[in-house]
Amino acid sequence: MADFQSIKTKVEDGIALIELNRPDVLNAISRGMVTEIRSAFETFDKHDAVKAIVLTGNEKAFAAGADIDEMMEDDAVTLELLNQFKDWDQLHTIKKPVIGAVSGYCFGGGFELALCCDILFASEKAQFGFPEIKLGVMPGAGGTVKLTKLMGPKNALEWLWLGEPMTAKEAQKHGIINRIVAPELVVEEAMKFARTIADKAPLSLRLIKESVRYAADHSVQDGMQLERKNFYLLFSSEDQKEGMKAFTEKRYPHFKGK
Amino acid sequence: MFETINYESRAGVAWITLNRPDKLNAFTAVMHKEMLAALKNAGRDKDIRAIVITGAGRAFCSGQDLGSSDNPDYGEVLRKGYNPMIQELVSIEKPVIAAVNGVAAGAGMSLALACDFRIASEKASFIEAFIHVGLVPDSGNLYFLPRLVGHAKAMELAVLGEKISADQAKELGLVTKVAEEEAFIQEVEAFAVRLASMPTKAIGLIKRYMNKSWESDLSEVLEYEALAQKTAGGTEDHKEGVSAFMEKRKPAFTGR
Repeated sequence: MADFQSIKTKVEDGIALIELNRPDVLNAISRGMVTEIRSAFETFDKHDAVKAIVLTGNEKAFAAGADIDEMMEDDAVTLELLNQFKDWDQLHTIKKPVIGAVSGYCFGGGFELALCCDILFASEKAQFGFPEIKLGVMPGAGGTVKLTKLMGPKNALEWLWLGEPMTAKEAQKHGIINRIVAPELVVEEAMKFARTIADKAPLSLRLIKESVRYAADHSVQDGMQLERKNFYLLFSSEDQKEGMKAFTEKRYPHFKGK
Repeated sequence: MFETINYESRAGVAWITLNRPDKLNAFTAVMHKEMLAALKNAGRDKDIRAIVITGAGRAFCSGQDLGSSDNPDYGEVLRKGYNPMIQELVSIEKPVIAAVNGVAAGAGMSLALACDFRIASEKASFIEAFIHVGLVPDSGNLYFLPRLVGHAKAMELAVLGEKISADQAKELGLVTKVAEEEAFIQEVEAFAVRLASMPTKAIGLIKRYMNKSWESDLSEVLEYEALAQKTAGGTEDHKEGVSAFMEKRKPAFTGR
C-alpha cells in the first residue's frame, strides 16, 4: 500500500481500517487527504482479503472541516481546472460496504466525507454540521444534496442556513446515522459491525448496496427494474447455490464471493 | 485568574468557590462565563478526579443577581448564561459535589441540584425562590427536582416556595450528609478526597448512564450497561481492584 501522509491504514481480520491522520488540525480535509482516501478505497475495493472498510478520525474529531488555508486564495477558474471533486465522486463508486465511525467534530467537508459512508456509527458526543455559511460559502462536496435527501428540504435549509452543530441524537432522528455508541467504543463497534457483515455473501452485499444506492436517487419503477436484474444476477453465482442448499440441509453456508 | 469565583486544586480535587460574598454569591453574566470556564478546566484536567462547588461567606448562592441584569429577556439570559453552565456540569464525567455552606436560593438551588452530591452545613437552607417574584424554577430545576424528591414534593417546593432546612433536605433525600458548621469544610474535604481516590472512569460511566436512564427504556439501559461494563472492564482501576481483592489488600486506584 502506498505511503500515505494524511491517513493511516491497516487490514485486520478482513476489515480495512482507514484513519484520518492530521491530528494537529483536527483532521481538516486537504485535497491531498481526499486523494489518499480515494486511493485507499480503490485499493481495498479490489483487495480480495478485504470484506468491508471502516473509516474513522480520532476521538476529538472525525474531521472538523475542509482545509481553509488551502482554498482561501482560490478563484472560480482555478477550482474548475483543478477539478478536485473528481476524487470525491470516485468515493461513491466503491462496491464494498463502507462503515463510518464518527467521534467528536464532524463538520463541513468532514460531514460530507461521513455522508459518503454506507453506514454511520457515531459517539454520543459527536457533533455534525455545515458551518460553511459562517465563512461566506456553502458545502461543495454534496452537503446540500445529501442532507436534503436525508431530512427533506425544510429541515436541510434550517441546518444549512444556521450552520449550527447537530448532536448525535438529532442526527439519528433525521436518519443520518445508524447507531449512537459510547465514545470509548465507536471504532470497536463499527469494526464489530463490519465483521458481522463480512461473513455474509459478498455478492449479495455488493448488489444490495448498488440497488439501495440506486433506489435512493431513482423512481420506484426504475429501482425495481435494477433490483430485478441484480436478483437474477445472483442466481448465476455459486453462493446462491450454496446458500439455498445449506438452508435446506439446515447447516451454515460457506460463501466464496463467486 | 477569575473575578467572581475562586478556583484551586489540591489532592486531586478542584475547588470552585462562588466569590461575591457581599451579594450572597448571586450570579452575574461574568460569573456564568467564569463558572463555565472553571468547569471546562476541571473536566479536562486529568489530575482532577472530583469537583467541589461552594460559596464564600454566609451563602452558597442566592441565584440571579436581579440588580445586575440590563437584559429583560430572561430566556436569553438562561440560554446564554445558565444553560451552558448546567450542561457542562452534567457532562463532566467526574463526581461534582455541591458543598452547600449557606442559603441556596433560586438558580443557586438549581446549581446544587445539578451536582451529583450535596453536602450541607447545618446552616444551609434551600429555597425555590422563583415563585416569590412571579417566576418559574429554571437552570434545570424543573428537571432535577422531581427526579430527586418525586413529583408531588417537587410541586410543593416549587409552587409554595417555602424555605427548607438542611435537616429537612436530608429527610427528602436531597443531601447526602449534614455537617456541623465547624466541621463542615473538613467533612466536605474528606468526602471529596475519598471520591477522588476512587475509580474515576467507573464513576464517570455511572454518572453518564444513570443520567441517560431517565430518557431510556429497560432494553436501552441494559445495552448501556453492557457498553459501560466493557469500557470499565478495560481500565487499570478494574485490574487493580481485582488484584487487590485477590491479594487481600486495599486497592490504589489511579483513575485510569
